[in-house]
Amino acid sequence: MAEAGVEAEAVAGAVAGPRFRAGGFAGDGAVAQEARRGRVREGLRGYRLIVGMWIRSTMTYRTSFVLTTVGHAAITLLDFVAIYIMFSHVDALGGFTLPEIALLYGSCSASLGLADMLLGNTDRIGARIRDGSLDTMLVRPVPVLAQVAADRFALRRLGRIGQGLGVMGWAVWTLDVEWTAGKVLLVPVMVLAGAAIFAAVMVTGAAFQFVSGDAAEVQNSFTYGGCTMLQYPPTVFAQDLVRGVTFIVPLAFVNWLPALHVLGRPDPLGLPGWVAFLSPLVAFVVFLPASLAWRAGVRSYRSTGS
Amino acid sequence: MRLHLAVAAGGFRRYATYGTATAAGVFTNTVFGFIVAYTYIALWDQRPGLGGYDQAQALTFVWVSQSLLAAAALIGGGFQEELQERIRTGDVAVDLYRPADLQMWWLAADLGRAGFQLLGRGVVPLVAGALVFPLALPVDPVRWLLFLVSVLLALVVSFALRYMVGLVAFWLMDGQGINIMATVSSIFFSGMLLPLTVFPGGFGEFVRAMPWAAMLQVPMDVLLGKHAGAGGAAEALAFQAGWALVLLGAGRLLQSAATRKVVVQGG
Repeated sequence: MAEAGVEAEAVAGAVAGPRFRAGGFAGDGAVAQEARRGRVREGLRGYRLIVGMWIRSTMTYRTSFVLTTVGHAAITLLDFVAIYIMFSHVDALGGFTLPEIALLYGSCSASLGLADMLLGNTDRIGARIRDGSLDTMLVRPVPVLAQVAADRFALRRLGRIGQGLGVMGWAVWTLDVEWTAGKVLLVPVMVLAGAAIFAAVMVTGAAFQFVSGDAAEVQNSFTYGGCTMLQYPPTVFAQDLVRGVTFIVPLAFVNWLPALHVLGRPDPLGLPGWVAFLSPLVAFVVFLPASLAWRAGVRSYRSTGS
Repeated sequence: MRLHLAVAAGGFRRYATYGTATAAGVFTNTVFGFIVAYTYIALWDQRPGLGGYDQAQALTFVWVSQSLLAAAALIGGGFQEELQERIRTGDVAVDLYRPADLQMWWLAADLGRAGFQLLGRGVVPLVAGALVFPLALPVDPVRWLLFLVSVLLALVVSFALRYMVGLVAFWLMDGQGINIMATVSSIFFSGMLLPLTVFPGGFGEFVRAMPWAAMLQVPMDVLLGKHAGAGGAAEALAFQAGWALVLLGAGRLLQSAATRKVVVQGG
């Protein structure tokens, strides 16, 4: 790990070289906008380089990589095996059949896997704040969020994504749905928008760690816990809980609302039908408070000095 | 003995310093408890008496298992990553030169850790669950005493397995893969996802005989009074103690094989 860390510094240094003056002056609007666009481009470039470095480092221990990827797929697939065992005792859970629950399970698992792979390591920021290594990230001319998101990038998380898509594929194959253009479109949109919503939760959680220090697990309750909840139909849960994950932390838009539309089932809160198509908008909206929280977090950061 | 008590106390204190992390863990265990509790209610509404539990017992299963998760390190955590790191960096050579047995040293430290997490992360979720759901917690103090003995044995079994997982780093260098496999098994075969009594047929019997059953399912059944009478309870505890001895012994063999492999380099 120590050597890998040194390598990370080296790569970041290489990123820094040619573009040292980014965002230097922001005189009028056009220049500011140009600078901002430059920063986004730079963020993506930095992200790509750091990710590439971690992938190379992962591939050093290839047996371990294969084991962890398969392990990640298996660990999450076991949730589904548990549901499968439940269905060996009952025909329906909360009024939903096994393929219907498989649709919920697979889509949420794929969304979370995607978010987890792209920026799941944001929860390591607490450790970086405690040991002071966040300081080195702050002096690099790559946006801190890009660095934190790519930190120890874990390609093994492809395991969860593949497993989720597999179960979802089985559900779509087995389900007796009258497919319309809208419903066909809704399935991939649901997975991508769901990933974006989880991503926003992760960024918010990372921002929270500037205040709390070592409370990474709180974030897990909303991401992993949220996904555990979303793999079961909303009819299983108390109405207040459903209301909470619809209007306060809008996890219901990850898959419940779009999937209920695909399945042709009424949603338990009696919302209008077009709500099923709102997930991308919701994903966009939740990123606003997330990015504000992140900025406030970075600004409030005081180094440990160690 | 004195030494091991001191090591255990150190393990306890070390985890006690992470106040926010403990609070965050309590929050997570409570959130998961609520989610799983609702799914169990849906399941037991459909099939009352499933797995030999009524609904209150099933809900007790949920909340008590949330309280034991961190202590028994069923979802990962614990010392094995640290041991692997010491093996990878070579620091383990220093540990091997200490006049204390490596396995017993880590057992004491891990029991200290588990003791803190039992108190720090166990009590609050259980109280939260008991306030919201009707639980079937026993009032008989003897049952609670047996439960605590059973939990202690569960912790030893959990340690013995994870110690071997840690030692694998002597051969594999990077322990991540094996750690995940170990976590997969303990999540599924301990009864954390679904009580093992619900697992069907021969597969059910197989999983109930495995060591992972000793880590969660057995303490839970002792608490719920499923092993009726003194004989039943003794049998349950003997099952756990048997696995504890077998696994500690296997760990010992693995340890001597591993230490023969160690090449200490100077510098």
